[in-house]
Amino acid sequence: MSTALKSSTEETPTGSRANSTAVQRGPGFRMRRLNIPAGLGGWIWLAIIIIPVYYVVITSLKTQEGYFGQNPLALPTSPTLENYQLVLEADFAKYFMNSTIVTLGAVIPTVLISFMAAFAIVRGKGRFLKLVNGMFLMGLAIPLQATIIPIYLMIIRLNLYDTLLALMLPSIAFAIPLTVLILSNFIRDVPNELFESMRLDGCSEWQTMWRLALPLTRPAIVTVAIYNGLHVWNGFLLPLVLTQSPGLRVLPLALWNFQGEYSVNIPAVLASVVLSTLPILVLYVVGRRQLLSGLTAGFSK
Amino acid sequence: MSNAVSTARTAAAPATTGGGHNGQRNSALAWLTLPALFFFLVFAVVPLAGVLILSFTSWDGIGAIGAAGMGNWFSVLADPGLYNALGLTFLIMIASWLVQTPISLLLGVFTAGSQRYRAALAVLYFLPLLLSSAAVAIAFKALLDPNFGLATGLGLPFLAQDWLGVPHLALGLVIFVIAWQFVPFHTLIYQGGVRQIPKSLYEAAEIDGAGTIKQFFHITLPQLKYTIITSSTLMVVGSLTYFDLIFVLTGGGPGNSTRILALDMYLRGFRANLMGPASVIAVILVLIGLALALFLQRLGGKDKQGSQLEGM
Repeated sequence: MSTALKSSTEETPTGSRANSTAVQRGPGFRMRRLNIPAGLGGWIWLAIIIIPVYYVVITSLKTQEGYFGQNPLALPTSPTLENYQLVLEADFAKYFMNSTIVTLGAVIPTVLISFMAAFAIVRGKGRFLKLVNGMFLMGLAIPLQATIIPIYLMIIRLNLYDTLLALMLPSIAFAIPLTVLILSNFIRDVPNELFESMRLDGCSEWQTMWRLALPLTRPAIVTVAIYNGLHVWNGFLLPLVLTQSPGLRVLPLALWNFQGEYSVNIPAVLASVVLSTLPILVLYVVGRRQLLSGLTAGFSK
Repeated sequence: MSNAVSTARTAAAPATTGGGHNGQRNSALAWLTLPALFFFLVFAVVPLAGVLILSFTSWDGIGAIGAAGMGNWFSVLADPGLYNALGLTFLIMIASWLVQTPISLLLGVFTAGSQRYRAALAVLYFLPLLLSSAAVAIAFKALLDPNFGLATGLGLPFLAQDWLGVPHLALGLVIFVIAWQFVPFHTLIYQGGVRQIPKSLYEAAEIDGAGTIKQFFHITLPQLKYTIITSSTLMVVGSLTYFDLIFVLTGGGPGNSTRILALDMYLRGFRANLMGPASVIAVILVLIGLALALFLQRLGGKDKQGSQLEGM
């Protein structure tokens, strides 16, 4: 893990003072003594996390008979994929597509427009920008659920009820405050001399934004994209309230419906849980370092 | 955390005063905020105003919207269900904070250590981050089956309770599952915070002969003050949105024993088709969110400047 952090700070091209202090301080500190209570606590927490995950995975590979007959934590005697087949036949490929469309359709615009706003807030001055910034900051304190009823009303009036677009629009609006906050913290770290030299070269703010600020804040952009992506992918309330057709279900909603229909077939229900998490898990395995060091950097600022 | 931000701010200050065409530049920059502003106004600010207006109307979710005056407010404020939901919301909020903060803090310190096995454990610790609340709730429902779940698997009969059928057990379960799902995220925040503590502080303490425990209380904990505030703010304001997990896990039951405000709002609005009273609950939720955020900000804001300079 220590090497992960080190490489991520080196990758970060925002070579400001903030960063150089981070390098000096170094990743973590070495405890020379063997810390037994800490180690013990660490392993206990591991058990708390892993046992449920293990149970879900092995049960999803059991037949109904195996589920009723075997010890619940024993490995399946005759592992089967028929539960997964059942889940896939219940149209999960379609729900996967829906989730992907909604997530990309919400995250890409969110990051793009939040980046522009964050750039303006950091670089500009004046009452208007202050007001905008203050409004976004206030948005951080408002729980999304609280506005679901008027959003439902608006979506009906806009003739968007029961469409995937209806899920994207409010998701974008609610992701904006935190995204702007994190991105503006990173843009502030870009050394002023770089902005000055862009200005002396006769670049407009628009060019400065894309050519200087965007490449230098790439790690932050990855962070907010991942964070928002997880939120939208796993979101439940908006799809529950704003869609009704089975063909438009996103994964969490499909999971809930599947559980309702197959409540007696626990292995199949758990196979649906595994299957709906699999795409994210693959991303985690591939981009773990980027994800974890990105989230740490974004939130401990 | 404090150090980085404060130096960056002072560095950014001359940038805004340096340019010659400030007015022109600022108006060019103002345009850049418009797309975000548009979305935020239409889908956050307007609904926020809308929820206040709807709290004075009667609407079944389908038909016409009629005026209701103060009727919804009087009926909701006179309803013991509101106070039950309010009490549960705060109970779960406080219990969640008390459970999650020490665990995430200790795990954050633990995973920030440089030992190899800790890094390996950390990879597994963060797994719940990836799961949706619906998936977590469904998994735990299966896990808690008295015959085919954990109790039998581990041979621990005390786990074979009717978790979803007894009010105080269901409440405890909700608090546990919330912790299971959200501790990883806060561990990550604390891990980041711990890694930013200057190493020299520990070296100095080591020379003075301070042990691990002393170092934790005299260096780590005070240095993490702002991380604690950040994490607590996210935790406390976030606890107002535990809707999906509780909805799938208990549905608010048994009885109303886990029916928190957000769930109460949903059930009144979209199940009982009483959008007016549900909007009253929503307004109360917004007010609680704002009050909590202000309170926590005040808690952290007072001497922030001073300690930032101190850290340099």
